[in-house]
Amino acid sequence: MRYLPLTTDDRRAMLARIGAPDVDALFRDVPKSALTSLSTFDLPDTQGELEVERHMSKLAARNTAAGAAPFFCGAGAYKHHVPSAVDHLIQRSEFLTSYTPYQPEIAQGTLQYLFEFQTQVALLTGMEVANASLYDGSTATAEAVLMAQRITKRGKAILSGGLHPHYAETVETVAGLFGTMQRTAVTPGSAEDIIALIDDETACVVVQSPDVFGLIRNLRPIADAAHARGALLIAVVTEIVSLGLLEPPGAQGADIVAAEGQSIGNGLNFGGPYVGLFATREKFLRQMPGRLCGETVDVEGRRGYVLTLSTREQHIRREKATSNICTNSGLCCLAFTIHLSLLGEEGLTRLARINHAKAVALAAKLAALPGVEVLPSAFFNEFTVKLPKPAAPIVEALAAKGVIAGVPVSRLLPRDASVQNLLILAATETNTDDDFDALVGALKGAI
Amino acid sequence: MSMNNQGRPTGAGDPNRRQPIAPGTVTPEELATVSGDRGLDHEEALIFELDHGAVGVDLPDVKVGDDKLGGMRRNARIGLPGLSEPEVIRHYVRLSRKNYAIDSGLYPLGSCTMKHNPRLNEKMARLPGFGDLHPLAPASTTQGALELISQLMNWLTTLTGMPAVAMSPKAGAHGELCGLLAIRAAIAARGEDRKRILVPESAHGTNPATAAFAGFTVDEVPAKPNGHVDAEALKAKLGPDVAAIMLTNPNTCGLFEGEIIDIAKAVHDAGAYFYCDGANFNAIAGKVRPGDLGIDAMHINLHKTFSTPHGGGGPGAGPVVLSARLAAYAPIPLLVADGKGLKLIEDMAAAPDGARPFGRMCAFHGQMGMFSRALTYMLSHGRDGVRQASEDAVLSANYILASLKDVMSAPFGDGPCMHEALFDDSFLEGTGVTTLDFAKAMIDEGYHPMTMYFPLVVHGAMLIEPTESESKESLDRFIHVLHTLAEEAVAKKTARFAGAPHLAPRRRLDETAAARKPVLRWKPAPLQEAAE
Repeated sequence: MRYLPLTTDDRRAMLARIGAPDVDALFRDVPKSALTSLSTFDLPDTQGELEVERHMSKLAARNTAAGAAPFFCGAGAYKHHVPSAVDHLIQRSEFLTSYTPYQPEIAQGTLQYLFEFQTQVALLTGMEVANASLYDGSTATAEAVLMAQRITKRGKAILSGGLHPHYAETVETVAGLFGTMQRTAVTPGSAEDIIALIDDETACVVVQSPDVFGLIRNLRPIADAAHARGALLIAVVTEIVSLGLLEPPGAQGADIVAAEGQSIGNGLNFGGPYVGLFATREKFLRQMPGRLCGETVDVEGRRGYVLTLSTREQHIRREKATSNICTNSGLCCLAFTIHLSLLGEEGLTRLARINHAKAVALAAKLAALPGVEVLPSAFFNEFTVKLPKPAAPIVEALAAKGVIAGVPVSRLLPRDASVQNLLILAATETNTDDDFDALVGALKGAI
Repeated sequence: MSMNNQGRPTGAGDPNRRQPIAPGTVTPEELATVSGDRGLDHEEALIFELDHGAVGVDLPDVKVGDDKLGGMRRNARIGLPGLSEPEVIRHYVRLSRKNYAIDSGLYPLGSCTMKHNPRLNEKMARLPGFGDLHPLAPASTTQGALELISQLMNWLTTLTGMPAVAMSPKAGAHGELCGLLAIRAAIAARGEDRKRILVPESAHGTNPATAAFAGFTVDEVPAKPNGHVDAEALKAKLGPDVAAIMLTNPNTCGLFEGEIIDIAKAVHDAGAYFYCDGANFNAIAGKVRPGDLGIDAMHINLHKTFSTPHGGGGPGAGPVVLSARLAAYAPIPLLVADGKGLKLIEDMAAAPDGARPFGRMCAFHGQMGMFSRALTYMLSHGRDGVRQASEDAVLSANYILASLKDVMSAPFGDGPCMHEALFDDSFLEGTGVTTLDFAKAMIDEGYHPMTMYFPLVVHGAMLIEPTESESKESLDRFIHVLHTLAEEAVAKKTARFAGAPHLAPRRRLDETAAARKPVLRWKPAPLQEAAE
């Protein structure tokens, strides 16, 4: 087996040093009835690279990659161009095959990029501090609600109807153990009156902007209303590129920002791994979940970085930790931070403008089709349209013609009959005019 | 000293390996360089300090005059630095060189399983059909991805002897949460209210943290002097309010809990569930099926046992195998076959007959990028390779234990260990050298330290996990270094320990100062400073 360096002679010599007759003698604590033979496992034997590659390639070929078709899916995961340098750099052995930087003297590479990452996330979101990432946007949102419950010592969370339904379900599953989760009804494309629901039991209001239907929300009045009742505003962002063009949540009064960072540096990967961004105000620092990297000096006075404030974390605090999280999204936040470094201020701003311009152009083309209505009045690179017929069968029909038309809202809200004609479409820098023409042409035929 | 087949000396203590100290060697002061860099070790500024308004991508400057942003357009600059591509690449390459990695050396971090990361796995995960696939793309265009997940599920259930597996948890701790939420749902379905979870004191910190996170209270079970959980104490704590036990097996002392079947029976008789922390599954994969031990739920760290890379701390993946008693409560999404192929059930209400999902762990379907790597690993190894890997991991750990226990103190050293060898600090008593000093001295020797001060049940713990990825020559060299260091410490030749490391990119860092006055981000220098 090509990955196993020990030879039969090595094994024999090692057993002799140990003083064991055979390897099974080392498993002597295992109950005899539980020690199995190889034939117990109905699985294939060792294969060479070529055979494995053939097997995996066959599976991959049965999928339609986003880059292989005119492609308009969004709803929490976005197709963007990732510069070649990103994937090359994250595959450097020293990044790819290192562990959590618990030995800072020989992990300054990881620690410094985490420090830079935290700075970038704080700047983008307009917040004071950010952590070294969580699993993804949805789990970051759940952690944000738990944190708000801890800070306010209240249980109730109000979840905007514009919050991605998968995020809402994730929050309900975890934070619902500690209080009422109230999901508001929403008309896709418009903002519900969430302020009226905030009461003195409310720990937090969770609002996504742009929301899952694409609508850009003004968070300021919600933040003010929440603060007046002692509640926190949690702002959720699933398309982080939008912050290249939009007012950051921190400037609108958000107390915690939970975001998905996949759009920068990370591929679609059928839903994971992604990178959860988590930022807050300095005064809430010690209630934050996840790893934090901080600046310090070594004994010679040289600047260096360490994991810090770990008294919040599970390996020190055990059942009193702020979260059970152990890993972060290391390599994904490295990809994020490299891509954002390549973009810089000018690159990100331009990228965001291109995305918005593409979406505006696509919306205009679709709105010109008979019976098609673009719902949100304000959007970034994603919006919802109302079709004259149910969207899901149309999406499947278009897929058969080689056009991936978007995400039917019924896939996210299957029990809501009122949304079955709705389709969420995203346009990014990767879309060309030819893509638009292919979509409009195919859609014209299908409706 | 041994010789390898090129005739080069391989013993670490060989004087020929050392840099000769030539007459007239310069003093440290004379060695201070003009640049501040030292040979290949470059000092590297923060990327924000390298900003000079350049750009590393070429994008058209599209004007958005009449925008549809609803008046929410950003006014202020973000503050991101601007660098060209070569500068960005140099920055990250220089940073990378400050990291230790399994590709550059033995990484004996107990409990963390730093094994080889095959590059085929990376290549397969990047096939456009997997890497460039949207999670909500139409089902007809994702059949290969669903088939991949289905095949991985088959490997996991077959290797563990368990009937079901929940794939969406994103890491080990997330898997623990998934398992406990399934247990919570099963208890609720029985109309019972059980709030206590028994956790051995040797457990990973995630276990009690997860129990609290899932709304349970934690009750610690002591370990016996031989490093095993105290089964009698555990049984005595069982009662009608106990929801589950969380046991790691092999445990964090590197020992297999031999009474596990008996414990499982007692747990089940008390109406509770058995959660197994599968962090150490890599010791027994292909040898022992957890399902045969009476386990109800166990997460599998794909990044440990199946070598999807650790990536500097993530991403991980933590699918949870479930017994028949818990299978019905697995979270959405569920993968099912219908007449047309595979499909995902993404709605709680649409769950098939008998399924009662407790909820959703995360958006979408889990860590697909890790699934493709793990399946590649499994197909490469095959069942025989998986079994051999477990055996080699256990053999290598025992080889280290047998080779070092004459100088380092092994608290449970009378019998074989599993995949990791545990030492305590009693051999350092009276030397003035601490576990921390000893571990830091390893850095100067070119090694990453072992896990320190964990598990908590032994004093000054040093937990060494060599994995199956090391050659005998590599193990011998490592043993020689540790043996010599231990001899020196015991002989009170302690000079090298106190201030170690001396030869790393940084000396010991002031962690107290970092926590007392946290600096968690770069901030631009105030204008008056810049003007000075």
